[in-house]
Parts: sequence; C-alpha cells; structure tokens
Amino acid sequence: MTEQPMVRFENVSKRYGTLTVLDELNLEIARGEKVSVIGPSGSGKTTVLRMLMTLETINDGVIWVEGEPLTHMKKNGKLVPADLAHIRRIRAKIGMVFQSFNLFPHMTAMANCIEAPMTVLGMKRAEAEARAAELLDLVGLSQKKDHYPSQLSGGQQQRVAIARALAMRPKIMLFDEVTSALDPELVGEVLQVIRQIGREHDLTMLMVTHQMGFAKEFSDRVCFFYQGKICEQGPPGELFGAPKNERTRQFLHAVLEAG
Amino acid sequence: MGIGTLVAMLAAALAVIGVLATQQAYSLFLPGLLQGAVLTIEIAILGSLLAIVMGVLAALVRLYGPAPLRWLATVYVEIFRGTSALVQLFWLFFVLPQFGVTLDAFLVAVVALGLNVGAYGSEVVRGAILSVARGQWEACTALNMSRAQMLRRVILPQAFVAMIPPWGNLFIELLKSTSLVSLITLSDLAFKAQQMNQNTFKTIPIFTLVLLMYLVMSLVLTIGMRLLERRASAGLARGKAA
Amino acid sequence: MIWDWSFTLEILPVLAQAAVVSVEATLISFVLAATLGLVLAVVRIAVPRTGWTISVLVELIRSTPLLIQIFFIYFVFPKFGLVLDAFTAGVLAIGIHYAAYCSEVYRAGFDNIHRGQWEASIALNLSAWTTFRDIIIPQAIPPIVPALGNYLVALFKETPLLSAIAVMELMQTAKIIGSDTFRYTEPITLVGLFFLAMSLVSAALIRALERLLNRRTVR
Repeated sequence: MTEQPMVRFENVSKRYGTLTVLDELNLEIARGEKVSVIGPSGSGKTTVLRMLMTLETINDGVIWVEGEPLTHMKKNGKLVPADLAHIRRIRAKIGMVFQSFNLFPHMTAMANCIEAPMTVLGMKRAEAEARAAELLDLVGLSQKKDHYPSQLSGGQQQRVAIARALAMRPKIMLFDEVTSALDPELVGEVLQVIRQIGREHDLTMLMVTHQMGFAKEFSDRVCFFYQGKICEQGPPGELFGAPKNERTRQFLHAVLEAG
Repeated sequence: MGIGTLVAMLAAALAVIGVLATQQAYSLFLPGLLQGAVLTIEIAILGSLLAIVMGVLAALVRLYGPAPLRWLATVYVEIFRGTSALVQLFWLFFVLPQFGVTLDAFLVAVVALGLNVGAYGSEVVRGAILSVARGQWEACTALNMSRAQMLRRVILPQAFVAMIPPWGNLFIELLKSTSLVSLITLSDLAFKAQQMNQNTFKTIPIFTLVLLMYLVMSLVLTIGMRLLERRASAGLARGKAA
Repeated sequence: MIWDWSFTLEILPVLAQAAVVSVEATLISFVLAATLGLVLAVVRIAVPRTGWTISVLVELIRSTPLLIQIFFIYFVFPKFGLVLDAFTAGVLAIGIHYAAYCSEVYRAGFDNIHRGQWEASIALNLSAWTTFRDIIIPQAIPPIVPALGNYLVALFKETPLLSAIAVMELMQTAKIIGSDTFRYTEPITLVGLFFLAMSLVSAALIRALERLLNRRTVR
C-alpha cells in the first residue's frame, strides 16, 4: 500500500450564492511535498488554503489530512460534519502564514510566538520561550524578540509570523501570498526564510504566490488555477517551460510581461 | 437594527397590547393609561421642539457668536449636560418659586426637558457643522457668500443629514425622560401607572402595559427618524449625482 | 434672604453622607452594567444564533424609561417571590439598563478588530475562550474605555431616579431636607453643583485618558 497523502481534497466545492469559487477540486499533496498555487485573482487559489485552515466552510466534498477527514468525522460508519473538538484535533497539524501577517499587535514578537504553545499545547513558559527563541533565531530576529509588531518592518513582521506558525510544530504549512503586502526590497528576506525552513524541516508546504521565480525554483509541483478549477499542474520546469494549456500560457505571458 | 425588524417589533408590541386589551384584568387600566400617554406625548413633542431651537441656537452662538454670548452658551451647555435631568426638573419646580418665579408643572416639564436635551443637541449640531468638508467653506468664500448665506444655503443642508441619527437618539432620550415629570405631580403615563399601582396593587398588568406603551412610542419615533434619514440622504445623494 | 450660608453648612454633612450612597450606587451598578454588557457582546459573537434575540432585548431595554424599569423591578419582582430592598432593586435596574448600552459599545469595539486577528487565532488553533481573553479583549477594550467612561458619567447622573423608590441618595435627601425646612434652594442647588463638579472632573479625566490611549496606539 502506498503512503497516505498528507492532504487530499476530494470533490471539494465552494460556492458563494450562485458564484462557484471552487468546482469539484481534487488534489493530493504528498508528505514533504512543496506545492505552489498560481493563477489570476478570483481563480479560487486562496480559497484552497483557507478551506484547509478551516477559515472557510466547504459546500461539497471532503478534505482529508493524513488519511483522516478534516471537515467530517466518522460516526457509525458514516461521514458527518465534524464537531469543533474534531476540527481542532486535525487542525493542530496545520499552520498558516497570512498576506497581512496578522500578528497580535498588543504582544511582543516573543509573546506572539509563545501564546498558542502555552494555551493550546499546554507548554510551560520556559519551554515555550526556549523554543520560540530558537525559531526567532532561525528567522534571524533574535535581537527583536521584545519588539512589538508596530516597531518592526513588514518583512520582519512576516518572519515573526512564520516563527509563530512553526512554534505549533505543524506538519503542513500554508503560505497565502506572504510577500504581496511587502515593499519589494523586503520580499527577499522572507523568501530566504521560507527556503531555509523548506530545507531544514520536514514540512509539507502549500503556497499561493505571485513570485513566479520563487515558485519555479522552490516547489516540487505547480498548480495553475483558473475559474475554480486546476487548469494545469506539473513540475515547475514543465509548467513554466512548456505550458500545455492556452490559459496557462496567457497567464504566464501576462505575468512575465508585467514583471 | 434594520428597519424591518423595528417594524416587526412594533407590530408585535401592538399585537400584544391588542391581545391583552381583551383581558378584563388588563383592559381595566387602558383608558387611564392612554390618558397619561397623551400627556407624555404632548410633553415629548413640545420638549423636542424647544430642544431643537436651543440646540441650534447654542451651537451657532458657540461657533460664531460674540465672546460674551459664546461664554453664556457654553455655561448653558455645561450646566445642563453636567447635572442630571431630574435635578434640573426639581430645581425649576422647587427652587425657582423661591426666587418668585412660579411656573406651572407642565411648563416646568417642557422647559426642563427641552433645555436638557437642547444642551446635548448643541453638541450634535456643532459636530455636524464642523464635519462638513473644509472645501465647502472655501468654495463659499470663493463665491463671496456671506457667512449667513454659507450656513443656510450650503453648510446646514449637508450637516442636516449627519444630524438626523444622533437627534433621533436624543428624541428617544427625551421621550424616556418624560417619565420623570411624574415626580413633579404631572399625571403622565408613569404617574398613572404609579397611582393605579398604589390603588389596586395590580402591579403586573399595569407595568406590563406601561412598558409596552413606551415601547410603541419609542419604536414609532425610531422608525420615523430612520425614514427621515433615508429620505434626506437619498436627497443628498441625488444632489451629488446631479 | 435667597441663600442662607449657615443653613448650607448645616446640611452639608448630611448631603455628603448621601453623596456616598449615590457614589456607591453608581459604582455597583456600573460594575454590573460593564460586566453584563460584556457578557452580552461576547455571547453574541460566540453563539451567532443569539444575535437576533440579544438585539431585540437591547432594543427593548433602551426603548423604555429607566424609571419604569426601576418600578418594575421594585414592584413586580416581589410578585414572583423575589423581594428586593430599594437600593438593590434600583442598582439592579440601572445596571441592566446600562448593560444594554455598554453591550453596544463593546460590540463596536469587537467590530473594529481586524478579521485577520480572528483568522490568526484559528490558524494557531486557539480555543474560543483563549481567543477572547488573550487576543480580542485586550485589543478591543482600550479604544472603548472613553465611551464606557461617558456611560459611567451618564449613569451617575441617573442615580437621582432612585429617589423615586425612596433610596436615601442625594436627591431624596435634598427633597426631605426641603420638605422638612421649606427651604429647597440650598439643598437642590448643592446637589446640582455636586453633579456638575463630578461631571466636569470626569469629562476632563476621560479626555486625558483618551489622549493617553491615542499616544499608546500610535506607538
């Protein structure tokens, strides 16, 4: 038997009223795989991440994480919508970094990183702080641990947000356009950190990005979304080098033109 | 809360009153309470009119009046906002006669509540005038309008829309404050309730009806102000589009 | 003589004692209002299907006069076997009345929290309780402290209503002095001055607090 995929979307649909954002999505992500999601705005790519993080409910289908349903639970042999306890148990495997950082503004970098480990995982403060110090060091911010978010640059804030997510020891990391809100000169430092944790940690990563260069160099697979469906996917060399689909070609052409 | 919900609440309140009115234990009190409600409404309307006059006057004087009048207006606003409505009511009712000025209770009620709410209203008017964009004043100056012309033709019509919701709240406050006049012997709705309660001890039917009647009055007022707001802002939007 | 100073000095200690009752009533009912208001606002977010019920409840409380609510609690509760003394009944009524106003203030505070804060809390798997306690409330409360302060002052100015059920607070005491001596000028004017002084001082304090909070958020 082959190994369970880390994440599996099975016929997942998402609608807002009459607008279908995602149309019967089927997607499997293997353990340790780095997958980039690209596509025009409104193509549903961010929705994929938000559903996996349970920030959005789904209308149809099932999302599986390590062979267990995230959105549903088994009851008397049938799948029923999951209750909160079930969702929280599965959700613990997933971490997310947001486009707008979403750091807690009233807490220092360190406090941001120990809040969830202490209250959710029940870690002792000393242990949580030691772990957070390591992670802040990893993202190059050990000097800034007592700074508040408003005292940090955008790039620094985003690196704290990455450390905060890692502090929960997730198996899956979601990156939602994490460099889109940054000034151009700050993008590099954040991508560098993502590269590094990709190398050093055994993480499954799913990222929505507009950085085509980074997607090409970093990911194992790239998915191109168009109008709520995966229009084309494949290794970055193929998808960027020789896109098969006309839509993909148009999109890449337009993006490269702008870049 | 949406206007639909408010209308539904009003309908529900009226329906409950209607159902209760068929019960002997309740219908007994209705005529007396309705009599009181009429006085409540009279005081509320006259008080509101006085409040509008005082509010606009005090605001304009504080913004554009000569120094001594400005101070006077400020003192008025601070005193009536800084002490409570009941104290003002009692002062006019009990203390003013000792200075040889005796007003009858109805007049005291209207004057006290009108002055009280007018003081809060002047802040509303002032804020609304100050919130009209600076460019509007500059445009008026460029057109060589007099200050009175600016205010009347350009500034107040725009400030008016912004004033409606806070004035609506003030009218509700005033309506509720009318219940205080029962404490200076006026037989308004609250007074009737107290009186009937002391005579009959039928506390539950009396106070249930009274609460419902105040609720109906408040809701009618709130819905009316919402409609006014809707019309006024639609008018302003039309003006903008043109 | 319009103003009698020796009479003023005579009644001052009595009024001072009554002022203590007024302040006590204010503080107790405000604690009730602030707490109950917070509970209402939190429940509304935590259990969304209660939203409509809470809205209607708040509207009902705000649409009817506090004086009637005081009477209602004082006279109607005993019919259900709950006999309260005047002070307790009055404080309870004021507390509930202002809880309705406070809950709207808290609600505005919560509405101002960026959606990303809730989402980050979900992504970190925080429980609803932790999210409120550590993330939402610490950010939502400071900006609304001045608004709550204004309601504290407004509430204080409503405590004379307690005289209607004969609580021996300032107004009731002043009225009794007046009816005993037939001199209303001094007691009622003194009560007015007391409220005026307290209001002006509180207004200044709230303004100072606002400045402090603005500086802090700019940080």
